[in-house]
Amino acid sequence: MTTTSDPPVEERPIGFGRLKRKEDPRFIRGKGRYIDDITLPGMLHGAILRSPVAHARIVSIDTTEAAAHPGVRAVITGKDLEPLNLAWAPTLSADVQAVLATDKVRFQGQEVAFVVADDRYAARDALELIDVEYDVLPPVVDARRALEPDAPVIRDDLEGRTDNHIFDWEAGDRAATDEVFARADVVVSQDMVYPRVHPAPMETCGAVADYDAVDGKLTLYETTQAPHAHRTLYALVAGIPEHKIRVVAPDIGGGFGNKVGIYPGYVCAVVGSIVTGRPVKWVEDRSENLMSTSFARDYLMHGEIAATRDGRILAVRTNVLADHGAFNATAQPTKYPAGFFHIFTGSYDLEAAHCTVTGVYTNKAPGGVAYACSFRVTEAVYLVERMVDVLAAELEMDPAELRLRNFIRPEQFPYANATGWEYDSGEYETAMRKALDMAGYDELRHEQAQARERGELMGIGIAFFTETVGAGPRKHMDIVGLGMGDGAELRVHPTGKAVVRLSVQTQGQGHETTFAQIVAEELGIPPEDIEVVHGDTDQTPFGLGTYGSRSTPVSGAAVSLVSRKVREKAKLIAGAMLEARPEDLEWEKGRWFVKGDPEQSKTVAEIAMAAHGTVALPEGVEGSLEAQITYDPPNLTFPFGAYICVVDIDPGTGVVKVRRFIAVDDCGTRINPMIIEGQIHGGLADGVGMALMEMIAFDEEGNCLGGSFMDYLIPTAMEVPDWETGHTVTPSPHHPIGAKGVGESATVGSPPAIVNAVVDALQPFGLRHVDMPCTPARVWAAMQGRPEPPV
Amino acid sequence: MKVAMTVNGQEATADVEPRTLLVHFLRETLGLTGTHWGCDTSNCGVCVVLMDGEPVKSCTVLAAMASGHDVTTVEGMERDGQLDPVQQGFMECHGLQCGFCTSGMMLTARALLDRNPDPTDDEIREAISGQICRCTGYATIVRSVRWAAAHPAQQEAAAT
Repeated sequence: MTTTSDPPVEERPIGFGRLKRKEDPRFIRGKGRYIDDITLPGMLHGAILRSPVAHARIVSIDTTEAAAHPGVRAVITGKDLEPLNLAWAPTLSADVQAVLATDKVRFQGQEVAFVVADDRYAARDALELIDVEYDVLPPVVDARRALEPDAPVIRDDLEGRTDNHIFDWEAGDRAATDEVFARADVVVSQDMVYPRVHPAPMETCGAVADYDAVDGKLTLYETTQAPHAHRTLYALVAGIPEHKIRVVAPDIGGGFGNKVGIYPGYVCAVVGSIVTGRPVKWVEDRSENLMSTSFARDYLMHGEIAATRDGRILAVRTNVLADHGAFNATAQPTKYPAGFFHIFTGSYDLEAAHCTVTGVYTNKAPGGVAYACSFRVTEAVYLVERMVDVLAAELEMDPAELRLRNFIRPEQFPYANATGWEYDSGEYETAMRKALDMAGYDELRHEQAQARERGELMGIGIAFFTETVGAGPRKHMDIVGLGMGDGAELRVHPTGKAVVRLSVQTQGQGHETTFAQIVAEELGIPPEDIEVVHGDTDQTPFGLGTYGSRSTPVSGAAVSLVSRKVREKAKLIAGAMLEARPEDLEWEKGRWFVKGDPEQSKTVAEIAMAAHGTVALPEGVEGSLEAQITYDPPNLTFPFGAYICVVDIDPGTGVVKVRRFIAVDDCGTRINPMIIEGQIHGGLADGVGMALMEMIAFDEEGNCLGGSFMDYLIPTAMEVPDWETGHTVTPSPHHPIGAKGVGESATVGSPPAIVNAVVDALQPFGLRHVDMPCTPARVWAAMQGRPEPPV
Repeated sequence: MKVAMTVNGQEATADVEPRTLLVHFLRETLGLTGTHWGCDTSNCGVCVVLMDGEPVKSCTVLAAMASGHDVTTVEGMERDGQLDPVQQGFMECHGLQCGFCTSGMMLTARALLDRNPDPTDDEIREAISGQICRCTGYATIVRSVRWAAAHPAQQEAAAT
């Protein structure tokens, strides 16, 4: 059942609803505590020497002069790490990655040496004094080139490797899909590139490592979205016992997937602290962040769509060439080398679908699942939503009408799609029609027709996305063997105030507020009386962390269920206090009362005091009011949304201006509408960046052309419109509170809407596709009928 | 070399390397970590502070260049326990998420309102166009500044 508006705020005085954020008072005073704000007594500073070339054999590294530089305490190379078995470290995708290069460098910006000095200026100075001799090798920059038989072999460190091929993966039914394509009235195809982009959080990555040699304990402050997974990995890789490692994620200045993995700099900081016996801070600069840390996308896609002449979509198939860079370090569930790309079937009731994805090594930075992509859902949604528009053009059919004709209908949920996923719930037509109403779609088309007569280039683009988030059920999903569940612990103190401990870690999503609201909703304690503790492995239960929009679907469920556990225990204690049988008690937010006698009641605070006091407790009930849980989600959740973008293109320059953007999102039950809208706004701006501006490009030598904010362009307030948001609410049937997650919806859904609008604007030129980013140069060249320039 | 400046109304003097950036002087010498660092190339603006009331990017100002000037950081916005209306506006209108760009955004907003107490949305967008936010998509920042402009304390200050 779908609703289209939030309940009035006064109906929910405690619990869900618009609530100002609990974390803001410290941020607006400049009192956040980010990684670079941490200063420990005696702390030293680290800096990394990086490769200037994309592919080269290391002939020699001379650190003599650097080591003698004033203020320098240590210079560490890969050779120094080899005896510690740390020169290479496992990635999150069953590969290894060089911590500090020993044999070859494999991408520009790769880590070669680490200097520890008294201050950051001295450390940087010393980098200049390290002499590295490189024997430069031809690089592989293009994923297609990587598969050619004579391509240089990048990963000759791997035994027996003679090519750059990593994996072939497929989903769906090839034969059934081919059969549908063979009999379809209409088949259209399109090549498209989802370029390499970068999450570029405003705060770069960094760490402060503090190894105490006396008690053997490592305290590691890190910009991490997944502190518990990091701790386990450090224990497995570095051999430090897990109980002697404490990973702390302080305030994080944006993550977007960039802060999921373990970077060489973190490991170097740890080694630096062990070697010098002092705390070591390492914080990368912006170029290091853009050139070496986890990129996103880099998918070369060929899409095909089969349909009847009257607009019934029958099947989709696609082949993808995935550029994974020099090391396979994507951070996705183990059994999913292409993430959740399966959802390229979109929001449509298809007869069949099939895809293949081939992953390759190139001489580019590693990474691959980042930038709010929901494990490759971004690429999948872009593919299908572009293809639907290509089909609409072929059929000369309105793209809104074509989508409405093919949506999975509400009564078909739970819906098994053609690649084996079960969509939990959806009312797609309701959301689509709401967006069309908000946009004034018919009037816009009318306006467009008039504009075209005047020679103006106005475009209207539609995208309808279905996401799959909340990884995930442990029987299917793990990361390096760790099942993708999350823990929660809730303790109600004697005076009725509470603390809830989470395994996920906020990077700006407002967890301190929303998770307090979940407890408040379940227990009737005001959110301001609930402390949310997160980001410290010594203080929180185990769990896999925050990425892939999984905090609300997984950890949110854990917090909801742990609150219910506490509520049930409170019922037993209330029964003892009221001398009533528990089955005779009824719950009303914040108190248990005797059925038929509401005056006979005990509030949570009264129960908490009694639990810790002298009341005779029922058999088997312990004297506290607390519980813990580990949640294993039964399925993923499937948020969806309808996006409409209006652009105007300057015919003289090719500049695309986003005039309006209408976003109707359905993320199930809404915990805090203000925070949800904020997340959507941010994702929409990401979409404008990816569709129109952002690209990590490389030249033929493998030089990164997007290594600073001078070259890697990110939208400012001038490039984005005032967003028009709306929503519907279709709860998830399997989530305790019906919430689905929303953090990445807009990043996933907005790029195809924008590109569809650009292509729609260029319809007078007979174009069916323009690749991202739709820069002025590209759009102008497209209008001239010229091949597009590389960037 | 010796530098001497006024930071948030207080005299600050120190011996620093001539190449010391203002952002490092504020953060590391004075311990005012509310000013952040983000790009080194004057593009992102998370390091914005006010120098003599004008926004500057403190990653491309030497501490020596700020010597003799009046510097305001985010820590100087709250006066006598009273938040600046801009700070209140950012909380009221959800003008921040991760908080990393927030100090710079608020200081630019303060400088804007000081010279233009009733800015249009376009004027607000232009004022913050040298700064990047990855979380908010900017609309709530614009609303936050507008909220501050409508605040009685702001209007009172504008009238005097």
